[in-house]
Amino acid sequence: MEKTYNNKAWLLVIPVVVLVALSAIIPIMTVVNYSFQDTFGKNVFFWAGTEWFIDVLRSERFHDALGRNLLFSFIILCIEIPLGIAIALSMPKRGIWVPICLVLMALPLLIPWNVVGTIWQIFGRGDIGLLGYAMSAIGIEYNYTSNVFDAWATIIIMDVWHWTSLVVLLCYAGLVSIPEAYYQAARIDGASKWSVFRYIQLPKMRGVLIIAFLLRFMDSFMIYTEPFVLTGGGPGNSTTFLSIDLVKQAIGQFDLGPAAAMSLIYQLIVLLICYVFFTVMSNVGTDKPEEVEK
Amino acid sequence: MAQITLDKLAHSYLPHPKTDADFALKEIDHVWDDGGAYALLGPSGCGKTTLLNIISGLLVPSKGKILFDERDITAFQPEQRNIAQVFQFPVIYDTMTVRQNLEFPLRNRNVPSDEISKRVNEMIDILDLGGKANRKARGLTADEKQKISLGRGLVRYDVNAILFDEPLTVIDPHMKWQLRTKLKDLHRQLGHTMIYVTHDQTEALTFADKVVVMYEGEVVQIGTPEELFDEPEHTFVGYFIGSPGMNIIPTEVKGSTANLGGHSVELKGAYAHLDGKTELGIRPEFISMKSSGSGLPAKVTSVEDIGRFKIVRTSIENHNLNVVLNEGESVPADPLLSFDPARINIYQDDHLVRPQSKAKGA
Repeated sequence: MEKTYNNKAWLLVIPVVVLVALSAIIPIMTVVNYSFQDTFGKNVFFWAGTEWFIDVLRSERFHDALGRNLLFSFIILCIEIPLGIAIALSMPKRGIWVPICLVLMALPLLIPWNVVGTIWQIFGRGDIGLLGYAMSAIGIEYNYTSNVFDAWATIIIMDVWHWTSLVVLLCYAGLVSIPEAYYQAARIDGASKWSVFRYIQLPKMRGVLIIAFLLRFMDSFMIYTEPFVLTGGGPGNSTTFLSIDLVKQAIGQFDLGPAAAMSLIYQLIVLLICYVFFTVMSNVGTDKPEEVEK
Repeated sequence: MAQITLDKLAHSYLPHPKTDADFALKEIDHVWDDGGAYALLGPSGCGKTTLLNIISGLLVPSKGKILFDERDITAFQPEQRNIAQVFQFPVIYDTMTVRQNLEFPLRNRNVPSDEISKRVNEMIDILDLGGKANRKARGLTADEKQKISLGRGLVRYDVNAILFDEPLTVIDPHMKWQLRTKLKDLHRQLGHTMIYVTHDQTEALTFADKVVVMYEGEVVQIGTPEELFDEPEHTFVGYFIGSPGMNIIPTEVKGSTANLGGHSVELKGAYAHLDGKTELGIRPEFISMKSSGSGLPAKVTSVEDIGRFKIVRTSIENHNLNVVLNEGESVPADPLLSFDPARINIYQDDHLVRPQSKAKGA
């Protein structure tokens, strides 16, 4: 049978095309446009080729910020994923406490980024903040504006406080969707608690864990507001992440070309790492049979 | 392997059950023989899964005791009872290979590894999973997964009983038959006590030596497939077993005749005086149709030809009555029905009543 082709159907995708164009394609193409040109103001542009890209890739400032981002994301994932799983496992599966726990967990997620930054900024101050005051009262020197370690610790704890709930909620959703029969079968097979976790809960959470992992990676890799509010990138440049540096260049110094090139490279790095994560995590335990554990 | 005794067992999901209706499982008192193949048959919500979960230890009964051989195991956890259970949906450990799945229950029980590999290899052969032993279990078809679930129970050859909770629900029809045959073979080969829960009469009747029919939390009959067919002890059994089920018609019984809307029907024996709701049960297979002579005049409402036989739906005095005719027999326009007296059962308040004496010549 011959298929009928009706090209008018393409008209139906116009709304989506328009939306995506306005929200993504046009802004990105503007950035791409800037990244290949130089300007001295007055809307006059000169072709600069790949110069900005080479500059950015060779700049120490970029390398340092990238290093900070990678370290930060690494620490965040190492803390939030296991912690999130642990909390989800210990949450009740039924009863009156379920909605209470869920609401408590969702609370930090509802607070806007800059508010979180402000909360912790005040919380950590030595003069009026509870945390800062308590720390100095028990004799621990703590000052996130002058001490690099304190600044990092504060940002990390702040992020853990803000976003572990997301991992918890995702894992919890994965856990409650496991049919009761799995646990019953495991009991009958005489499985230990660890075996139940390793062979039932963890594999069944794989899907949500991939999502949690990717979301937490992307979010932490693109962190901007909290360090901006809390430390402004300092002390020195110690909490200047790529995003903070990018804003400094683009809006502070108006170096549109290098900033555009940097943001494209930044985006490519995020995409690349996400792709690698996703591919690796989706394939864990699927292709080749594992060696029999002895 | 063990004999299973249910001693005045009852269960309610409510904390303080008061009336009979609060019980999901009404009191049951029965002994299941070691090595028998039993089926628990009944419609959804009749308490069969509750009973199964009590036997496996996933539920603690509100009343009564359960014994394996002479041991009271009512308070035992499932892992202490040494039973195996196959669930409605195949339960496999996704990240393990088929072989690792089968090894798992043995490893958890610290069986020596040479013993494990011996038994697992044996089980892989029995279940015809040879070519797939080293594949990840998650990629297999539903029936293969169900075989693995079963294998994880069978590999512990000393299990007291193997329980099946509607294990063929998600299996394709053509594989159902194969898997059922496999189960029957395994039962013959290994001799485990097997308890099989289902709402499908074909599955129950082909699998089991003894079928336990449950209805509204009560065991209404335990018997061989023949007994269930010939002498259902409860109208529900008559109706539930057979396709189409037994015809149940209100009647009045006097001695050895039953009165059916003004017509009298000969019975197999004389009955004592019956009070309350009295009904006559006759299977569609034992009704014959004639166009002349004596019999009950009936109206034909529809005829379903299903190949080997015809189901004729008729009505007598506003009561529906199914008749099964063999291939080739024709349906008379105004048929007269006659019942085989030996095949007529009489029910009082839904329970079978037997005649006091046999009729002369019957």
